[in-house]
Amino acid sequence: MKEMSLRAILPDHELVRMYEQMVLCREFEESCAEQYTKGHITGFLHLYSGQEAVAVGSTHALRKDDYILSAYREHAQAIVRGAEPRRVMAELFGKATGICKGKGGSMHLFDPDLAFMGGYAIVGGQFPIAVGLAFASKFRKEGRVAACFFGDGAVNQGTFHESLNWARLWELPVLFVCENNAYGIGTSVERASALADIHKRTCGYDIPSVRVDGMDVMAIHDAVKWGAEWVRQQNRPYLIEALTYRFRGHSMADPGKYRSAAEVELWKARDPLPAFAIRLIEEGIVTQAELGAIKQEAIAIVQEAVTFAEESPWPEDGAVWEDIYV
Amino acid sequence: MSEMTYRDALNLALKEEMRRDPSIVVWGEDVALYEGSFKVTRGLLAEFGEERVLDTPISENTIVGVAVGAAMGGLRPIAELMTVNFALLAMDQIIDHMTKIRYMFGGQVNLPMVIRAPGGGGSQLAAQHSQSLETFFMHAPGMHVAYPATPADAKGLLKSAIRDNNPVMFLEHELLYNSKGDVPDDPEFLVPFGKCDVKREGTDITVVAYARMTVLALQAAEELAKEGIACEVVDLRTLSPLDADTFVASVKKTGRAVVVEECWKTCGLGAEIATRIYDGCFDSLRAPVRRVSGLDVPMPYSRQLEKLCIPRVEDIVAAVKETVAAKY
Ligand SMILES: Cc1ncc(C[n+]2csc(CCOP(=O)(O)OP(=O)(O)O)c2C)c(N)n1
Ligand SMILES: [Mg+2]
Repeated sequence: MKEMSLRAILPDHELVRMYEQMVLCREFEESCAEQYTKGHITGFLHLYSGQEAVAVGSTHALRKDDYILSAYREHAQAIVRGAEPRRVMAELFGKATGICKGKGGSMHLFDPDLAFMGGYAIVGGQFPIAVGLAFASKFRKEGRVAACFFGDGAVNQGTFHESLNWARLWELPVLFVCENNAYGIGTSVERASALADIHKRTCGYDIPSVRVDGMDVMAIHDAVKWGAEWVRQQNRPYLIEALTYRFRGHSMADPGKYRSAAEVELWKARDPLPAFAIRLIEEGIVTQAELGAIKQEAIAIVQEAVTFAEESPWPEDGAVWEDIYV
Repeated sequence: MSEMTYRDALNLALKEEMRRDPSIVVWGEDVALYEGSFKVTRGLLAEFGEERVLDTPISENTIVGVAVGAAMGGLRPIAELMTVNFALLAMDQIIDHMTKIRYMFGGQVNLPMVIRAPGGGGSQLAAQHSQSLETFFMHAPGMHVAYPATPADAKGLLKSAIRDNNPVMFLEHELLYNSKGDVPDDPEFLVPFGKCDVKREGTDITVVAYARMTVLALQAAEELAKEGIACEVVDLRTLSPLDADTFVASVKKTGRAVVVEECWKTCGLGAEIATRIYDGCFDSLRAPVRRVSGLDVPMPYSRQLEKLCIPRVEDIVAAVKETVAAKY
């Protein structure tokens, strides 16, 4: 079957914007790795390289006021939603200018103005919160969908099952998006889930679901576009399983010995960035020269973000007592 | 003033607040159609309808987590945990999420939500249904914790809890639901958080207590008065914020203190109170602070054994007498 032309789906400028954001996220993550090695970023650092198609494809398919929640591998989700790279980088540096004043760090980005409702580091913690946001949206007749992103490992938490049941029972607009990158740290899906077809696990809750190619930004876009609108119209949950892969270790501390070099190479050959670039060129939406310029622009943004983070002040000592209570 | 039970006072607080603010929603296991295991939510479904009063699946962690999300989304949810024992299944959402979200997100969001949880021992419900977990909640920064002793405080504190823009763990003592007392009729009657109440004035010794322990302390004080010992009974009312100023001021006056706690003694909140007293008025003390605590055992079923595990009036009387008699 011939693929539908990109232009039939989205206008040129949005397609280019999507590609720009994928490149920006990749550059951002690779720069984070460097800053971690230099000791500027500390603590846990989970990078998103390889999974960019999921964040970019979904965000462009959601309404701007739809809620987004994610786990701790969420820099790209926040940036694509509109968080300034410099303020995200400053957060990772623990600086006062960070998106959460340096109190959250890499795993806890948050910006209510962007309806980006947080990065959560307890695996499965975001499920009930997404259900609650969907409840509030329905109660207030806002028509907002709560898009809840999570990993393949999270589906074995009780909250996943409790939340699926709850969202269906109360008929709430939750879009569950599983980023199945094949591993929860070093444990493969097959070694963690009795039923490895994660999308099928919703049938016990009468929730429809679909599995899509998570390396194809347009496949994600289309699935989320359709899924989110269905959720909005029906006030019912839906689940999308995106098959994807992280090119780096689970976190910076992980050398990745549990997966073969051949496997990694196979997935890298399916890198979502060049795959999308080829389609954009084939359809005459961008030129090779423009692709180069996009990359240079992304590098410049990330460099500026690092400089901003470096030059930003540390939080004042007094800040340690602030923000606990209203 | 109207005389009513602790249960009805809580029920009235819920109704008054729900009438005042349409963004308040109530959910929990069996709170709507069944009107609550302890009937605190009686009449809510009938008056406010199924959009605002909802039965939930038996999923405690999610009961709390959905409230966290709804609070983030602009509502003021009140989630009932059938009993505080089941809060242990929700500790992830309570401690990892509810108390952390404001701080770790740099103060960008408030969680105006209340978790109501009946608890305490004394009904021969055995080890898994008789726990006093108040110290667990008090230990974590990021939420307020209330535990009323009287119907008036129950109403005034619950109304304050609902209006608080911070998350509140609201504990209710199962053995107090039928206790009666005068409650102000004014719908704006609120009991502030972080203010102890001196429930009885006295000059010889301060007894610091909370919830049902306050009721027992007052009974003990009555008995001790007959023997010429004047107890000042300080009711904490909120465990967080903890109003150390009030009980320290009282101990400065009396020079002696007994702390009564229903929870297990080891690392129990009484240890914290005693430390605050030592920090605040060591020089005024004429005797060491004595603690009357729950026994460090899982609660046994047998009535004969259970009564040994929970502080009794006679335990308080004995502790007070020993403290008053001690010569240092
Ligand atoms: C409740 C809980 N248990 C364990 C961990 C430790 N942990 C952090 S990430 C992770 C793996 C999660 O895998 P997955 O959901 O697939 O997400 P991915 O890292 O692949 O994006 C584990 C076990 C945790 N953070 N929280
Ligand atoms: Mg995974």
